[in-house]
Amino acid sequence: MSTNNRMHLEIMSKSQNEAFARVVVASFASQLDPTIEELADVKTAVSEAVTNAIIHGYEGGDGIVIIECILRDDEIEIGIKDQGAGIEDIQKAREPLYTSKPELERSGMGFTVMETFMDEVKIQSQKNMGTEIRMIKKFRSCDH
Amino acid sequence: MQVTFETIGNHLITKLSGELDHHTAEEIRERIDKEIATKSIKNIIFDMKDMNFMDSSGIGVVIGRYKKVQKLGGQAAVIHLNSRVEKIFKMSGLFHIVKKFKNKNEAIERL
Repeated sequence: MSTNNRMHLEIMSKSQNEAFARVVVASFASQLDPTIEELADVKTAVSEAVTNAIIHGYEGGDGIVIIECILRDDEIEIGIKDQGAGIEDIQKAREPLYTSKPELERSGMGFTVMETFMDEVKIQSQKNMGTEIRMIKKFRSCDH
Repeated sequence: MQVTFETIGNHLITKLSGELDHHTAEEIRERIDKEIATKSIKNIIFDMKDMNFMDSSGIGVVIGRYKKVQKLGGQAAVIHLNSRVEKIFKMSGLFHIVKKFKNKNEAIERL
């Protein structure tokens, strides 16, 4: 499948950018004419990944979150990358209800949400180097 | 994100409107906890009618408030769930700890 369109966005790791990021990605994805439900799935997954970069990657400090989107015929691939702390144990981070920051009242459901709402979720992370989450959502509503 | 409160007996009806994410969660959490602390509340009822967006940060807020009222011998409930928020509740297993009702009258009657 060839790339039909792509975009690249850099935002500061501020929590007020979470809403901005998910709206931008959803707006870009809407070119493929997905259903409202599919768009909401994408928005929620992006919100989780960006929140993850802000809370766990940069631990509330300043940093840059890079968002990349690729549109193909009937799918969107989204990459969300930080250059922060990295995830020590990816397997553990993916477990439902696991949180490394229970004191922040985190539900530990971030990766579960991403995996539920997207068709594919890949995590690459290295300690002190950062984390990249790549997700794919297929839009079944696209009849190409 | 907006939150408004109504107290009926020892029930705190918490109406959330807008988008509940990590950014808005902290303020909402503080405001609800202040209500619980200053009024004689036992049960909390979340009214989700105008909730447009919720992610796992919102799940954290609900679980946290559930734990609070549980310590007071109370329960947590949710009313006016739209399909989107219902999906998040189902996925995260929130219905195991939070009861779902159609409206506040039904919730108050059955809690």
